[in-house]
Amino acid sequence: MARRLVIIGAGMASGRLLEELFDRQPGAWDITLFGAEPRGNYNRIMLSPVLAGEKQFDEIVTHDAHWYQGHGVTTRFAEPVVRIDRHAKRVISPGGVTEYDKLIVATGSASFRVPVPGKDLPGVIGFRDYDDVQAMLDAARRPGGNAVIIGGGLLGLEAAAALDAQGMKVTVLHLMGHLMERQLDEAAGYLLQRELESREITVICNAHTKAILGHDKVDAVLLEDGRVFDADLVVMAAGIRPETRLAIDAGLHVERGIIVDDQMQTSDPDIYALGECVEHDATVYGLVAPLYDMARVLAQVLTGQDAAFVPPAVSTKLKVTGVDLFSAGDFADGDGREDIVFRDPARGIYKRLVLQDNRIIGAVMYGDTADSSWFFAKLKTAEDISDIRDTLIFGPAWQGGTPADPLAAVAALPPEAEICGCNGICKGAIVSAIENGAHDIGAVRATTKASASCGSCAGLVEQLLALTLGDDFQAPAEAPVCGCTDLGHDDIRRLIRAKGLKTIPAVMQELGWKTSCGCHVCRPALNYYLICEYPLEYRDDAQSRFVNERNHANIQKDGTFSVMPRMWGGMTTPAQLRAIADAAEKYDVPAVKVTGGQRIDLLGVRREDLPAIWADLNRAGLVSGHAYAKGLRTVKTCVGTDFCRFGTQDSTGLGIRLEKILWGSWTPHKVKLAVSGCPRNCAEATCKDIGVICVDSGYEVSVAGAAGMELKETEPLAKVATEDEVIALTCAFVQLYRENARYLDRPHKWVARVGMDWVRKQVVDDADQRAALIERFETSQLVYRKDPWAAQAKPDMRREKWAPLADLTLEAAE
Amino acid sequence: MSTWMDIAALDDIPPRGARVIKTPLGCVALFRTHDDRLFALDDACPHKKGPLSEGIVHGHAVTCPLHNWVIDLETGQAQGNDHGRVNTWRARVEKGRVLLDVSRLAARSAA
Ligand code: SRM
Ligand SMILES: Cc1cc2nc3c(=O)[nH]c(=O)nc-3n(C[C@H](O)[C@H](O)[C@H](O)COP(=O)(O)OP(=O)(O)OC[C@H]3O[C@@H](n4cnc5c(N)ncnc54)[C@H](O)[C@@H]3O)c2cc1C
Ligand code: SF4
Ligand code: FES
Repeated sequence: MARRLVIIGAGMASGRLLEELFDRQPGAWDITLFGAEPRGNYNRIMLSPVLAGEKQFDEIVTHDAHWYQGHGVTTRFAEPVVRIDRHAKRVISPGGVTEYDKLIVATGSASFRVPVPGKDLPGVIGFRDYDDVQAMLDAARRPGGNAVIIGGGLLGLEAAAALDAQGMKVTVLHLMGHLMERQLDEAAGYLLQRELESREITVICNAHTKAILGHDKVDAVLLEDGRVFDADLVVMAAGIRPETRLAIDAGLHVERGIIVDDQMQTSDPDIYALGECVEHDATVYGLVAPLYDMARVLAQVLTGQDAAFVPPAVSTKLKVTGVDLFSAGDFADGDGREDIVFRDPARGIYKRLVLQDNRIIGAVMYGDTADSSWFFAKLKTAEDISDIRDTLIFGPAWQGGTPADPLAAVAALPPEAEICGCNGICKGAIVSAIENGAHDIGAVRATTKASASCGSCAGLVEQLLALTLGDDFQAPAEAPVCGCTDLGHDDIRRLIRAKGLKTIPAVMQELGWKTSCGCHVCRPALNYYLICEYPLEYRDDAQSRFVNERNHANIQKDGTFSVMPRMWGGMTTPAQLRAIADAAEKYDVPAVKVTGGQRIDLLGVRREDLPAIWADLNRAGLVSGHAYAKGLRTVKTCVGTDFCRFGTQDSTGLGIRLEKILWGSWTPHKVKLAVSGCPRNCAEATCKDIGVICVDSGYEVSVAGAAGMELKETEPLAKVATEDEVIALTCAFVQLYRENARYLDRPHKWVARVGMDWVRKQVVDDADQRAALIERFETSQLVYRKDPWAAQAKPDMRREKWAPLADLTLEAAE
Repeated sequence: MSTWMDIAALDDIPPRGARVIKTPLGCVALFRTHDDRLFALDDACPHKKGPLSEGIVHGHAVTCPLHNWVIDLETGQAQGNDHGRVNTWRARVEKGRVLLDVSRLAARSAA
């Protein structure tokens, strides 16, 4: 008599197992198949096209009643097994008791529900089976309904694209910094997000869901930061959990999944398990390819053959029409790896291979996945690629093409993209001037005025010449920012504006970066350019900041830091001095120094003490002096009319006003000011970035001095009658500098390039331009005019970020 | 033989960032790169002992915060024209946890 085989779960793994079994030994087993769903095996991965309306459910059924009958399988669908009785070797279900000789657990996994209030409200749906799909389609029937998807991984995005296709307004809330972070790097995640956004799907990354709101059904989703998204339907796609409850109750060995050996045997020799519910060699799987291997191995084992499961390399594709994306292999752990990166901004292509010992071990591609199987084959066979390394990334069809084109970013600009900001000249106008005979930069300048003012778009104009004239024109390129790109600072700033690029990954992709994530030279520059361009939208990237700006303190040669509070205009009070003295004693500060910037420096503070010392100083009303910042440092003043017998104006008061307006602003390099009460110039105003000398009739404002590695007197900007005018000129000048200078150029270097005449024209002569500059400066200062320590110097921030992660010296002592 | 010790959750280290642990042999910096790989190196630059944990992490390298030497996280070797090597430790990520091989640490601190 055939032995009795009972299978729990009619999913993709058990479906494949049955086929493998019948191929080898039909009729050897008397099989009973339990399924909790009211239907037999179907191709679960095709639920996405069903949801999108591209396929009907019938088309994805893999085994129908006829097939089960033909193979003598007893089916018990819509009948979940509720208990396994290992001692009596039987399973219990609503229909009674079923005995087995061998049992197979293939219960798959269940959607994970983020544990927030409201998670069980009607209208919150997982994405796992056909019932879920039907519930979503019901919700989608209401025209113009809102769907919120929690989770921007494979499942969430397939649901998002499908519901979008069904006419819903879709928002994806994703916890991590970029989409599908397990399969994609930032660059590919950026391209994917761009594609979804072009379909009017809203994508919010770094979104921490706080609660799902609603009374008798879902209404909205609330984020930790207070944002609320209306929802008629919430899809929970934040991960899956192996369905192991039966196995745990039965006392099988279960960790994250049911533990199986290479033969898919559980800790009970009569019970096997396969599919997403198992854990093999510390790994749990979530894609079908490995499950199919498990099914083959188990079929062999059940028919008495030798077989062992070997974990295969897995690859991912996203089943969203119009999105070409591929990811495979291992991006974690191991030694001695290198990257090969290829980007084509014009066509939105990104490819990256991860190599180890001259073998491909990982691959990510977006936009063009035609070669993915070629790469994946090399990955699986661990082929040595040393001989083809240089051209590997171009794929099998490579025929001596040229690598990355330095003109690609400019070529990709639309005709209406603005090239010359000063004169408002767009790409189309320049190209047609060139086509009409302007064959060098002088001619372009004469016919269009492009690059005729500050001149910082000259690089781009030259690239347009090269692009339009071909080999006839050799562009003398601005020196590239670093080895990661062919573009110079001016070009990058202009392209960020022209293309509306708002994140570092966006810049790197659209401008064809040659590395996957930049370096210590380009990253801080890009971070600054984006802060300057999009003060309200851009999120500062701490990991793209130099050490001092990341820690809001200057690092010292022994790894300690210095702490320098602001003394507005060099003025202080006994109470402030006492607070500084107390802090210095309390934290054993080794050195207290009066700086050249009219304030006091506490040197040698331990990193872990920074939040605490700042909490103390903040309490006394002292704020960061930004002594570490590419930003406003100090405004030095002299005593002025308050006390000095020569003083002509309130230089101290003006200095304080200036410092209070300018502090906190990020600039290309540091900015220092001084205000002297008379031409004796005790505050040394004429060697600052901006200097003000008070005279009887008003104020002489001059700019672009230097007293560091170079020494240079300031150049006059204007003479004005009131303090308000000084402040207006200063803000306008600082904003012009912020918007136009290359990162790490002090104002004097930048002015030397663009010319004092041009600066004067923008800031002094053109009142509209001045007003616009001031307005943009104010907008930015709404965000940045604040003490960075106010948010950081809180008790709960301390341990988390500033202290060591662990102290093994204590362990050793135990 | 390796002795893997569970140090912390991977998410305690910012991506493209580092955190320090104190050990009997001095501070060790744990780096997390953009692709979620983990590297452990002594937190001292071969140049003048700059704290590498405070540097900018890019690709599988870190730039020292003091004078911009670039150190390869895989090998600990200084790049370009600079010469020197930082001691590396075996570390890996498993189930979202950061594991450090403390066998050498223990052996050396006992010696
Ligand atoms: C503390 C102080 C010296 C002092 O004891 O007085 C100082 C200390 C440093 N200066 Fe300075 N500078 C100080 C006033 C100056 C001045 C004079 C001034 O501000 O009136 C100058 C010349 C004016 C100028 O800015 O050019 C000055 C020109 C520099 C330069 C050269 C800048 C240049 O463009 O040529 C650097 C290097 C740099 O920034 O790249 C520098 C860099 C530094 C650094 C940040 C070096 C470093 O990278 O670690 C020092 C950090 C000290 C710390 O940890 O706190 N320091 N430094 C002064 C702090 C002023 C303040 O209260 O904020
Ligand atoms: C929408 C969607 C898209 C996907 N896309 C892809 C893709 O593109 N590529 C890819 O490789 N993978 C994809 N997957 C994952 C893939 O579907 C799973 O890896 C695969 O289905 C797992 O097979 P399984 O047999 O282990 O579990 P399942 O297919 O989930 O089957 C388990 C079955 O067991 C039943 N069950 C559970 N408990 C009991 C019980 N006590 N009694 C009786 N029955 C029970 C469940 O109801 C279920 O029907 C996708 C998944 C989904 C949901
Ligand atoms: S002058 Fe040189 S040594 Fe002195 S504080 Fe400035 S940077 Fe340091
Ligand atoms: S100490 Fe690291 S570069 Fe000098």
